[in-house]
Amino acid sequence: MLAKRIIPCLDIKDGRTVKGTHFVNLRDAGDPLELGAQYASEGADELVFLDITATVEKRKTLSELVRRIARQINIPFTVGGGISSVEDVQILLNSGADKISVNTSAFRNPGLIQELSREFGSQCIVLAIDAKKEEDGFWYVYLNGGRAKTEKLCVDWAREGVERGAGEILLTSMNHDGARKGFALDITRELSTSLPVPVIASGGGGRMEHFLEVFVQASADAALAAGIFHFGEIGIRDLKNYLSNNNIEIRIG
Amino acid sequence: MGLTIIKYNAGNIQSVLYALERIGVSAEVSDDPQQIIAADKVIFPGVGEASTAMNYLRDRKLDLLIRGLKQPVLGICLGMQLLCSHSEENDTDCLGIFAERVKKFVPDQTALKTPQIGWNTICGLKTRLFDAVPENSYCYFVHGYYADLGMHTIAETDYIKPYSAALNRDNFYGVQFHPEKSAETGSGILKNFLSL
Repeated sequence: MLAKRIIPCLDIKDGRTVKGTHFVNLRDAGDPLELGAQYASEGADELVFLDITATVEKRKTLSELVRRIARQINIPFTVGGGISSVEDVQILLNSGADKISVNTSAFRNPGLIQELSREFGSQCIVLAIDAKKEEDGFWYVYLNGGRAKTEKLCVDWAREGVERGAGEILLTSMNHDGARKGFALDITRELSTSLPVPVIASGGGGRMEHFLEVFVQASADAALAAGIFHFGEIGIRDLKNYLSNNNIEIRIG
Repeated sequence: MGLTIIKYNAGNIQSVLYALERIGVSAEVSDDPQQIIAADKVIFPGVGEASTAMNYLRDRKLDLLIRGLKQPVLGICLGMQLLCSHSEENDTDCLGIFAERVKKFVPDQTALKTPQIGWNTICGLKTRLFDAVPENSYCYFVHGYYADLGMHTIAETDYIKPYSAALNRDNFYGVQFHPEKSAETGSGILKNFLSL
């Protein structure tokens, strides 16, 4: 049976891993290559590297980091941050990334998703969505790392993204991110049970029970977290043993 | 001499090269017939679409060349599927080394998603390719088409239904998963291939 995936996420700023709360208050969390290799050896199923300072002049630095990561790490990894063209993706995939994720650039130019999936295949195009539940009870898409609200509903954008060729959805709940009180079960379940592609739940994982919940109650295909892994609050091996003991199909080893 | 990776329009070659580098092996990447024929071992990688890849191989007569290889050959992912007889992906006749046919995953009422992306187990392991690999080890898969079970099946995986995770006939081997991304299990399988 296909296993549920545990995915540590490394936010990178100027070549270092950082972690903040609610997208702000960044703290240093170590060397991305070292952390990534450690997670791979502890049994992480995939890694996500998000370059949150991605600017044109830094792109070369990112592709060099990707190359170093690809050389050393023997599990799949996704790279995101500031990707807005076929050329950007070509460079990252050639450097050894397995998948890339797009967010704001795809929202502003939805044709980008088609272009990328035609050129490289849906399997390597992850659509990252930062969503926030507003007082009206609906989930809206936010852009620019959570700083800009849109009027688009998360479910509508996710469905459109998949129709345009996104192969996976990485859904981050801004309401839950950094709070460590559990994942957003409602929106995760809604996307995961209605879309024909895997949904990666992100934001809010603070205890092992939260991961169990998001798999059992929200049918997530994968769960992503950052700070709790970086600061050693939950060990990946312990988490996977716990999930396996609770009858979740999980890769141990 | 040595290990050659076939260069064509559907390769994810960099990851394979890095995986080999991690186990201390260097490889040439080439579409030169002389070099491919002279290699001790050949890896036939592949990420992409079947008909485009087959047309490319036929245009360059690499199809005949691959069929005639006598040294150990390892097809990975699309590379494995191209070694089969036929693929439903754009109704493509493939190289015909393995009799098995490649079909599209059809999601059923268990609501499984396609393509399959992630880690799944392999079982019913046969041949030296899987020496020291425990039954039900996890490997990393990314694919929307699968090869049926058949006489050349040497490993099985279950997704919607059981299918061939690996195939073997004479000197030809194929794996549907990505050994280059399958952690220690994958490195072990690559090492086994290199010591055939």
